[in-house]
Amino acid sequence: MNTDHDATNAYQSLVETLGHDDPRWAFGTGVEDVQAEITSPVPDGVDPADLAAYCLMLGDDALICSHRLTEWVTNAPELEEEVALANIALDLLGQARVLLARAGHVEGEGRDEDALAYLRTEPEFRNIALAEVPDDRDFGRAIARLLVFSTWRLALLQRLHGSRDPVVAAVAGKGVKEVAYHRDHAAQWTLRLGDGTAESHRRMQAALEAVWPYVEELYRSTEIERRLAAAGVAVDPAEVRAEVDAVLDEVLTRATLTRPTVPPAGLLGGRGGRDGTHTEYLGHVLAELQSLARQHPGARW
Amino acid sequence: MDETALAAHFEATIAADQRIEPRDWMPEAYRKTLIRQIAQHAHSEIIGMQPEGNWIRRAPSLRRKAILLAKVQDEAGHGLYLYSAAETLGVDREELTELLISGRQKYSSIFNYPTLSYADVGVIGWLVDGAAICNQVPLCRCSYGPYARAMVRICKEESFHQRQGYELLLAMVNGTEEQRRMVQESVNRFWWPSLMMFGPPDADSPNTQQSMAWGIKRHTNDELRQRFVDMTVPQAEALGVTLPDPNLRWNPERGHYDFTAPDWAEFKAVISGSGPCNAQRLAQRRRAHEEGAWVREAARAHAEKQARREVAA
Amino acid sequence: MTDAAVSGGRPDRPRGGWPLWEVFVRGKRGLNHVHVGSVHAPDAEMALRNARDLYTRRNEGVSIWVVKASDITASSPSEKDPFFAPAGDKVYRHPTFYAIPEDVPHL
Repeated sequence: MNTDHDATNAYQSLVETLGHDDPRWAFGTGVEDVQAEITSPVPDGVDPADLAAYCLMLGDDALICSHRLTEWVTNAPELEEEVALANIALDLLGQARVLLARAGHVEGEGRDEDALAYLRTEPEFRNIALAEVPDDRDFGRAIARLLVFSTWRLALLQRLHGSRDPVVAAVAGKGVKEVAYHRDHAAQWTLRLGDGTAESHRRMQAALEAVWPYVEELYRSTEIERRLAAAGVAVDPAEVRAEVDAVLDEVLTRATLTRPTVPPAGLLGGRGGRDGTHTEYLGHVLAELQSLARQHPGARW
Repeated sequence: MDETALAAHFEATIAADQRIEPRDWMPEAYRKTLIRQIAQHAHSEIIGMQPEGNWIRRAPSLRRKAILLAKVQDEAGHGLYLYSAAETLGVDREELTELLISGRQKYSSIFNYPTLSYADVGVIGWLVDGAAICNQVPLCRCSYGPYARAMVRICKEESFHQRQGYELLLAMVNGTEEQRRMVQESVNRFWWPSLMMFGPPDADSPNTQQSMAWGIKRHTNDELRQRFVDMTVPQAEALGVTLPDPNLRWNPERGHYDFTAPDWAEFKAVISGSGPCNAQRLAQRRRAHEEGAWVREAARAHAEKQARREVAA
Repeated sequence: MTDAAVSGGRPDRPRGGWPLWEVFVRGKRGLNHVHVGSVHAPDAEMALRNARDLYTRRNEGVSIWVVKASDITASSPSEKDPFFAPAGDKVYRHPTFYAIPEDVPHL
């Protein structure tokens, strides 16, 4: 290998016109992969506003959960875990990008993925609370959240394979493989922490108690979701409760952990994350996530 | 086995530009030098995740966020490849981590500087990864097989990193006035530390000769530094940024750019612990390692339980 | 030469880290598994996951083997070759690396 020549080439290529990204760069779905689907028409009989809202629901879940995972960069308990958690964050970010792009397109107000991610305020985000709650630097909390989130999301995506919306179907098709991997990763860790040392068992049990108040919301369906489920586009999350419960029970039992019996976090005036009513945590997440973009309105990066 | 004969065979292998592999005889000093060099290279990748990781959560577009997250992840991977290569020489990664955290082994001085703006992400890709590539491409022909092979893998990925950084800068210099200022300001801060990445001047680098004789080092510090400057100046011109050296100019007689030497006093201060971020970088690494102990311990305990269950079954 | 000498004279103390696993990968167009490096993991399941993440970037269709480094018995490159350290097995506990064929991903 003529390595010195390669060094020169690597350098000289910088001043040439730079081409498109290497597809390795993000392990998740590249927006470029599904460009055609993103601009395809809204399926017959589907209200574009509903579809946009639904894509934001699924997209914001992934965006905010991915953001929480990135808090573990340079903080993970072992270097191999740095790689694994970044993988998961990248997968979810990729899913978010496609879903946000679709939402922006069908909404028809000229908003792209970045306008949606960086310029909406808290009441316009539609993620469930589970995605936004903090880990407090506790790996057990990160795993507990990931276990519940990915088990639930996998169940949704498996049912969204046949969605009449081509983008939702495409995200589901690719996403099931990714999220199955995420769920498996979380399950492996739940097992090792639950059935590891006395301390890890205690901490993992406490972590479950901390995330469990946000589980009930996962099965709460909104009118938008019910309309879209009837139209063959979405899935009613109430349908996945039994399956998700069964999986979680199996994992927790094997991990010698106990299913928590804490009461669910209450809705505020009957409204929850899907309606834009969030916990106090989302404001802080967005304050960080959006800060630089907002400092430079109109800038492209 | 006569040690003279073993040494002669070792020297002959090096002279023939062939590889020394883990089970081959090697002089103790060669082994020690390699362990130190590979370990410090690995430490650099891991510590290097921090200054760039500083901007992931604030990345101003989702595409940039994905790119930066993937890049930092690659750096973790590079650190792992390099620790793996070091371990073939008979050290344990846990030992090396302790040597890093306790300050007995070092990492590249550049990562003791802070990232204060998003332009730094681009400039690190352009200048810092650019300098690293200059250093690393020759190492693909290093005499020690596992290190050379790790370097081949790393160099392929690093060239993408550099392109991504430069592309970000292109976007910014063609953007708003504030973005342009941000890029220039960043270049002003990172130029001199980038030059320092090649190490002290040859006259102050006593190990260079032995390392070159052993095929661990292929070019001197000053040679690589000159090469970096020569390559970078046209790129700076293409970006429309000014490199902060008023004496930087083409010398037709030498066929190279003349440039001012970096402040070696600053370099010495930074590598001995007095840089802007030394304490912070090590504290972060130490904290992650210590806070993760219960997790690593749990995984080990689980594995032991499983092993006992399998025996009992 | 022993591990203790390498690690600066400290006696063998309980290691905090996870055991070392050697990783072998067969690329999509490959005919056999090739040694590509090592990972640390607490057990085989995690070793496989870590190896997938690190050495194959989760490419599908790639076969991975992980073997605990301590389970590998290695010979010297050539049994007739006198040029190997007399106390080799204690320190050089890693098998010889072989040349990497071209179709193994990202190598």
